[in-house]
Amino acid sequence: MTHLTRVPISIDDLIRAVGGPERGGTCVFLGTVRDAPADGGVTGIEYSGYDTMADAELDRILAEAGKRWPESRIAVRHRLGLVETEEASIAIAAAAPHRTDAFDACRYVIEAVKQRLPIWKKELRADGSALWVDPHGRPAVVGPPAPPV
Amino acid sequence: MSTVRVRFFASYAELAGCETTAVEVSLPATVRDVVRRVREQLPGTRALPERPLAAVNLRHVKLDAPVGDGDEVALLPPLAGG
Repeated sequence: MTHLTRVPISIDDLIRAVGGPERGGTCVFLGTVRDAPADGGVTGIEYSGYDTMADAELDRILAEAGKRWPESRIAVRHRLGLVETEEASIAIAAAAPHRTDAFDACRYVIEAVKQRLPIWKKELRADGSALWVDPHGRPAVVGPPAPPV
Repeated sequence: MSTVRVRFFASYAELAGCETTAVEVSLPATVRDVVRRVREQLPGTRALPERPLAAVNLRHVKLDAPVGDGDEVALLPPLAGG
C-alpha cells in the first residue's frame, strides 16, 4: 500500500490501523505546516517527491521499527501536493503494549523520515512568491553558480 | 556502453531543465561517472553540488556505488520530508 496521499490525512483511520486489544499505548505525531511571519508569511507548502522511492523508504523504515519494537504496530502518511498552513503534512501513529515503546517507535520513524525520505518542499509566501526550502525552512542553496560557458 | 536513466527532482529538475534523461557510460561505472556525464550533457546541472545525494534503483547510495545497464539513478536535493 502507499504511504503517500494527496488528500488531508485522517488521524482516526491511522489510529484504527494500529489499534488492538493487546496494545495499550498509542503515540501520534503530527507535522504541520507552520507560518513564518518574519519571512512575510507562509500560506502553504507544495510537497513533491520521488514517489516510488519515498514509498519504498517508508516501507523500509517501518520494517526496521517493527524489528526493534516487535510488539508495536505503526502507520504513517505523508502528504504530497499543496498543504495549507496548520494542516498536517505527515502523521505517524505507533501503538505498543506500553507507552515507552509507542513513544520510542514513533520518534524513530519521524527521525528516519527527516533523514531519508526523498520529499521536497516549495514554500508559498503570502506575497505570491514561491521558493524551495531546505529541511530547516531556509531558502535552498542549490550549489555554486554555473561557470560561464 | 550501457544506458542509465537519470531522474531529477524539485530544484534539480529546474536546473536540469527536465525531470529525466539517459546517459551512456562504459562499465564498470559508478554514480560519480553518471554525474560527470550528466554535467556534460546538461549545462544547467553544473550548478549542482560537487557531491549530490544520490539513489540507485530506489535506494540511497554513495557516489562510488556501481551502476549497471538499465539502472535508475536519481540525484536528490537536500531532503525535506516530514
